[in-house]
Amino acid sequence: MEKYYTFRIKRYLPEENPSERWDEFRIKLNSMERVLDGLVKIKETKDGTLTFRKSCAHGVCGSCAMKINGKNRLACQTLVKDLPELIEIEPLPSLPVIKDLVVDMTIFYEKNDKVLPYLINEEPPPERERIQSPEDQHKILESITCIMCGSCTTSCPVFWASKNYLGPSALLKAFRFIFDTRDRATDERLARITGENGIWRCHSIFNCVEVCPKEIDITKHILKLKRLAVKKGFTGGEK
Amino acid sequence: MEINKHYFDTVIIGSGLAGCRAAIECIGNGSVAVLSKLYPTRSHSTAAQGGIGAALGNEEEDSPEWHTYDTVKGSDFLGDQDAIEIMCYDAIPTIIELEHMGVPFSRTPEGKIAQRRFGGHTREFGKAPVRRACYSADRTGHAVLFALYEQCQLKGVKFFQEFQVLDIVVEGDTVQGIIAMNIKDSSIHVFEAKAVIIASGGYGKIFKVTSNAYASTGECLSMLFRQGLPLEDMEFFQFHPTGLYGLGILITEGARGEGGILINGKGERFMERYAPTIKDLAPRDMVSRAILTEIREGRGIDGKDYVYLDLRHVDKKILEERLPEITTFCKIYMGVDPSESPIPIVPTAHYAMGGIPTDIDGRVLKDVDGSIVYGLYAAGECACVSVHGANRLGCNSLLDTVVFGRRAGKSASSTLRTATKGGVKKERIQIVVDCINMIKNSNGREIVASVRKDLQAAMMDKCSVFRTEEGLKSLLEEIKQLKERYKEISIKDKSSRFNTELLDAVELGHMLTLSEAITASALQRTESRGAHYREDYPKRDDENWLKHTFVFLTDKGINFKFKPVKITRFKPEERKY
Repeated sequence: MEKYYTFRIKRYLPEENPSERWDEFRIKLNSMERVLDGLVKIKETKDGTLTFRKSCAHGVCGSCAMKINGKNRLACQTLVKDLPELIEIEPLPSLPVIKDLVVDMTIFYEKNDKVLPYLINEEPPPERERIQSPEDQHKILESITCIMCGSCTTSCPVFWASKNYLGPSALLKAFRFIFDTRDRATDERLARITGENGIWRCHSIFNCVEVCPKEIDITKHILKLKRLAVKKGFTGGEK
Repeated sequence: MEINKHYFDTVIIGSGLAGCRAAIECIGNGSVAVLSKLYPTRSHSTAAQGGIGAALGNEEEDSPEWHTYDTVKGSDFLGDQDAIEIMCYDAIPTIIELEHMGVPFSRTPEGKIAQRRFGGHTREFGKAPVRRACYSADRTGHAVLFALYEQCQLKGVKFFQEFQVLDIVVEGDTVQGIIAMNIKDSSIHVFEAKAVIIASGGYGKIFKVTSNAYASTGECLSMLFRQGLPLEDMEFFQFHPTGLYGLGILITEGARGEGGILINGKGERFMERYAPTIKDLAPRDMVSRAILTEIREGRGIDGKDYVYLDLRHVDKKILEERLPEITTFCKIYMGVDPSESPIPIVPTAHYAMGGIPTDIDGRVLKDVDGSIVYGLYAAGECACVSVHGANRLGCNSLLDTVVFGRRAGKSASSTLRTATKGGVKKERIQIVVDCINMIKNSNGREIVASVRKDLQAAMMDKCSVFRTEEGLKSLLEEIKQLKERYKEISIKDKSSRFNTELLDAVELGHMLTLSEAITASALQRTESRGAHYREDYPKRDDENWLKHTFVFLTDKGINFKFKPVKITRFKPEERKY
């Protein structure tokens, strides 16, 4: 079943004057099509200058996060049939815009780098795999599904207010390693996430949980980090 | 135009599994840069679902010898057995190393890496399916890619993200470096190097229905081909049996590994007729042909052009724990809950067996005699070692990327001390810049999307699972016409900031070149083998065609040479499952 939709898109074309405007495009889409299909169709048939990121087109690469009808989501995972006829699209909030729906994610990635985002274990590895029980693996199961699309951090009011805040995505990454039984750098990571820009700034607003396209309960993970930090005496950065 | 110059000992194109694994190998031996046209973790490796193969024997008895045999047989005896043996024996330490690097594999009750069944993987040389695919639920590619990228970060690999490669510069017998564009501002960057490793992935986007990402367009292969370097076995392109109907989104073979079955419109488990021993877990070429045969003969669902993948009888807990991602895909995109309804599926363009010919150490070959391009390496889907021959087995691609990514990195590093620094000439840069400006300044009447759509539709129609001489010949004509139309394309976006329309145009030119190489290769191979099925030549013909195709672009057009298959242990036999 095909239907007309109006895509109202916030444009930012820095080489034009004025550089900012809203454009409306009316296009026909079928009930299986996604917002990303609509954007592609507009670019292909109406305005080649319309710019957005895309790659996998089925919710695993994290390229096409944007604000759709007021909520951060993946354009490739949002079916138009689930939206009203007027679809309003903006870039992810609170990051510098490069062009149209493409934001500069440098700050976002930098937060991630601050939590030592890699497995650290300097003990000589055994000949075979390190043993990890299914129960222990399940502790990190949700956190390893993060695709780093940026939806969570850019929906967080604390991040909006202070770009120094590590934000939900980076904290989730810290969780992923802290709760991995194979990792040995818990204290270093706790020191990094318990300072003034770390976990204590999370006020459990749950915006991140609401927007996460992988349905990760990020706030719950941050709460677990807080509990561990208290237990280990990391209440204000350094022990 | 201002040119930004960089020097790195090793430059790697692509930040998927092969690129990241190569980078880890190179970083201790000199400076390394990795270029990606995306942000690294968005590389298409991340979409791999089902598993990575290794005869760990964690769940039941297994051996690398059986793995080798299965891969040889799966390749329809076109794979080079020396390379296959290396891969299957290296698989075990490779997976263990990945685990040590932090890959969050799913676990057995004893805490070992969990393994499951996959198509074409058997015990005792074909007797029954074996649990060989190591997995992290159905997000294995994502789990491995993140771990490798994280290790690259730990070791200080320098990434140039959102850089589009425009040319790979080979002068004489030696690579000099690459020319790339920073997508953010269209600035031109020249990377001179001693070694260049191409790990740019596949090119499924030349087909209309594909599991591949938008980024999988294959320009790096075309760049070499246009310089007169060969591509190998391009006629072999894999169609994955289970793509979501109408979308092509991948539903892992692991779904059948966990007990899923295929059923036709009459409710029959039709794979029993095509592969009586391993049924739904037959190799992908056979299952894809079986599905399309059922559909052609009117046994699709309600006589339509799809069949069902049925998971209703699979334990809900298994769906939740081992197949959560595909369960979600079905719900989101099809409105189908696999525990309650069967999933409509149809084959989808998935994987290129062919590619840049290399030896077992990733060195790029410039001819069938084994001569190489100094300093140039390739690994992963863009390369053809050949371990997959005419048909790749599921969970062997991730393995290929990591094993040969490492080997390419190692051999690149080992020659750094004696290699000379590459130099990219001004004239060469000027040609690239002129090409870009030509696209930007064109006033032609064609648009990129229209040419691309026609190409994708034609390739799907005439060069997919079933092929004929007539179809391929008319396809070659169509591609010629599309190339003429391509000369007339113009773009609306003339800006220098994040100009994706310009990049689409650049990619399309290369897609046309590659499509021609594929179609011509398919036309000349007058036999059926693995994924290449010629309706007019339905039998495998070992007497004439047990050899690799090398396709070249010469002044006089497309030309072919052939390289014998390396056969060590397993003599070609009839392929039955």
